[in-house]
Amino acid sequence: MKTIKTSIGRRSFIKRSTLAGGGIMLSFNWLASCDMSPSQVKALPKEWFKINGFLKIGENGLVTVMSPNPEIGQNVKTSMPMLVAEELDVDWNDVIVEQAPLNTSVFKRQLAGGSQSIRQGWNSLRMAGATARAMLVQAAAQTWGVDASEITTSNGQLIHRASGSKSGFGPMASLAAEMEVPEEVQLKDISDFKIIGSSRKNVDGTKIVTGQPLYGLDYSTDNMLIAMLVHPPAFGMQLKSIDESDAANMPGIKKVFTMKTHLEDYSLGAFDNDAFNEVAVVVGDSTWEVMKAKEALKVEWEMSPAKKEELNMFGRTRTIETPAGLESSEDHRLVFEKMANKKGKVVRKDGTPEIMFSKAAKIIERTYTCPFLAHNTMEPMNFYADVTSERANLAGPIQTPEFMEGSISKRLGMDKEKIDIQMTRMGGGFGRRLYGHFMTEAAVISKEMGQPVKLIYSREDDMTQGTYRPAYQAIYRAALDKDDKLIAFHVKTGGIPESPLAANRFPAGAIDHYLAEEWEEKTNITVGAFRAPRSNFIAGAEQSFLDEVAEAMGKDPIDFRLELLKKAEDNPVGENNDYEASRYAGVVKLVKEKSNWSGADSDIHRGTAAYYCHNSYVANVLDLEMQNGNPVVKKVYCAIDCGIVVNPDAAVNLAEGGVVDGIGHAMYSALTFKDGAPEQSNFDKYRLIRHSEAPKEIEVHFVDNQIDPTGLGEPPFPPIMGAMANAIYKATGVRRYNQPFITDKPLAG
Amino acid sequence: MAQFELNVNGKTHELNVDPSTPILWVLRDHLKLVGTKYGCGIAQCGACTVHLNGVAVRSCQLPVSSVGNNQLTTIEGLSEKGDHPVQQAWLEHDVPQCGYCQSGQIMSASALLEANTNPSDEEIESAMNGNICRCGTYTRIKAAIKTAANS
Ligand code: FES
Ligand code: FES
Repeated sequence: MKTIKTSIGRRSFIKRSTLAGGGIMLSFNWLASCDMSPSQVKALPKEWFKINGFLKIGENGLVTVMSPNPEIGQNVKTSMPMLVAEELDVDWNDVIVEQAPLNTSVFKRQLAGGSQSIRQGWNSLRMAGATARAMLVQAAAQTWGVDASEITTSNGQLIHRASGSKSGFGPMASLAAEMEVPEEVQLKDISDFKIIGSSRKNVDGTKIVTGQPLYGLDYSTDNMLIAMLVHPPAFGMQLKSIDESDAANMPGIKKVFTMKTHLEDYSLGAFDNDAFNEVAVVVGDSTWEVMKAKEALKVEWEMSPAKKEELNMFGRTRTIETPAGLESSEDHRLVFEKMANKKGKVVRKDGTPEIMFSKAAKIIERTYTCPFLAHNTMEPMNFYADVTSERANLAGPIQTPEFMEGSISKRLGMDKEKIDIQMTRMGGGFGRRLYGHFMTEAAVISKEMGQPVKLIYSREDDMTQGTYRPAYQAIYRAALDKDDKLIAFHVKTGGIPESPLAANRFPAGAIDHYLAEEWEEKTNITVGAFRAPRSNFIAGAEQSFLDEVAEAMGKDPIDFRLELLKKAEDNPVGENNDYEASRYAGVVKLVKEKSNWSGADSDIHRGTAAYYCHNSYVANVLDLEMQNGNPVVKKVYCAIDCGIVVNPDAAVNLAEGGVVDGIGHAMYSALTFKDGAPEQSNFDKYRLIRHSEAPKEIEVHFVDNQIDPTGLGEPPFPPIMGAMANAIYKATGVRRYNQPFITDKPLAG
Repeated sequence: MAQFELNVNGKTHELNVDPSTPILWVLRDHLKLVGTKYGCGIAQCGACTVHLNGVAVRSCQLPVSSVGNNQLTTIEGLSEKGDHPVQQAWLEHDVPQCGYCQSGQIMSASALLEANTNPSDEEIESAMNGNICRCGTYTRIKAAIKTAANS
């Protein structure tokens, strides 16, 4: 057993006044998960006793566990409460899960991003459960007049063997709530886990398959209005004026006006990215009426000037320079060409790579590119806001509620204490909902209207007003000696507007003479984090290149990777390598074994890849068949080391999704620009992977270890792009260097 | 504005709306049946799929004036207790990730099985190709359709 100091402060025991304060009571129940298991049908308790901010226990033994983090489809609303329930030692069938609102005095890091929810919640959530369990034990000890150390728990029962005393958690709950919070608690041994490591169904499953309200777009209250925005048609333009006369007189329209998300004196923070600060707003009774009025609205646009903004990145100041002008993909291609011939900034250098390249018998040089991507969450951006001079109630899909509370507080000039934020289930995130300008917009609109509003983005608004995945280029070079031995490695990579380089990541550390350079070029197209930022390009490029180098060396691609990893493990080059070579090799070996790599049929075309990011390791083998000239993915093997797996079947689902998503974006998706305007604005032109293009089978294997959990939302996404490229080469004899592979042209749709 | 009588999930609703209003927004805004989702508005994603006399249609492309007294079924009306074989199979396979596309997927799948009780892999793919799942749950959807077909 592991003893840890508790850090649950007294404040987490104070009932939050907003819950009792009305206003948004509806959403309190509405956000609870009411998937009643048979034992829960034994009626809801008459009274709940709040043990701490994470859980309350009813007199009949039912337990409500608050899920602190935003749910974007990564299944934390099930897996995070599992951690609490495990240490509480309750039967999972007796647990009701409820989405917690934003509450920084109780919960830490209420954020969905960086594949960190489980990793960072691992100790605090278990501690919350263990603390409550210890308080229940204390209550029973006091009731029975026995020593607490003689009491054990199991499945929601307190047991004192010597006296034969036994009680459910329910009857002890009211006394437990009065007990001192223990200074230290004991956590279970991993071998004693009953809930962690066994598959539990999605707590919102029934609600989802029966179409119950769950998402921000489903949220409504009485006398709520619908608002939509009209933003500039192109990056590099801004609003000049509107003529609202026609639109404002259309049926159901309440008001047409212009607004600024941020005022001039506001210093932007890390997630305040916003493509267009000033927009036109149409508010009315119903969505269709507002959509029609939007079309009738006449707006004049003008060119926006170049800007220089200071971004406050959690205390660090970053200057962002935004050029003026209307950019096209053609301009971006010219940037790539120009940068290919220029030196970059050296980020890492081991040995004497220049000398080794000059001595090489053979140099392999390849250029890889990828286009901008829109996140395209299935549920477009939206938010509900009800702002009065006294308070602001907000509800909707947001990955960064804590951060946005600060932005809204500043914009409204209202204390944070008066702002209540409820998190709805999200119809996807992928990084897009880290940037919550739509929340601020909703708040400003509600304030202007003096009424609750729900702001909705149409698909077109959503796709053409993004914080896109940047466009990247990577040039790899490998030097081989006359015996085809790899003697030096060089990567020069950059992007618009940021570089995707992770200079200390494999194969750095495995090659004596190594050089990594990067460059960046400014743009006025807004970008942001997209599932596995930077890795979502560089993994595929690097893994395609390694495949080609292995071929030139006459080596099996898996054996080649394992040789490099052996070197990185036994005799690493440099000090700052960011990966553990043995765990990396572990997933490569696992996928080799599970896919029967050495004994596969010759008519199956196989590609492999492996990558490390977000603290986890993933390796793939992808089997491809060509049918009528189209690549058909027959099977994907996926080996993952993310430490302890909390909810195995849900983890498999997430990994399957990462694989499909990776193949989809690498094969089909692109956002291109003409004179500042995105050329794709809906799914007729923007291609996303569909049923018939998905792998026919995906087999996921986890490395069985006892390492504390690391990330899973992002790691399965990047490497599969390399495996796909390598399998296509095997099937067709042609290498793909440019995403999307379907066109294989730089920055083309 | 015009008066309409709509038959949704076996109940008749009277409403006064612009005749061009798509059924999607009638359901969501006027009848508060929000299980039918908005994804694209141009018949490209399938999130808004409902049944019109048992056949899967995209409600974002169906003006309220075109429905007449035909029967509309939404995800809320697919079964009374959420126990339609397709819904049950979805739960058994724990299909959803974010879940947003799933009511559309279920409506397409249930219409498919109504017309073809034992679809092949290819038939499933072609019937489901108009339903995008951004989270990539396609392999589970296919498995769940097969389970539902066998039940
Ligand atoms: S919303 Fe109707 S098909 Fe996308
Ligand atoms: S489950 Fe998220 S879009 Fe399908």
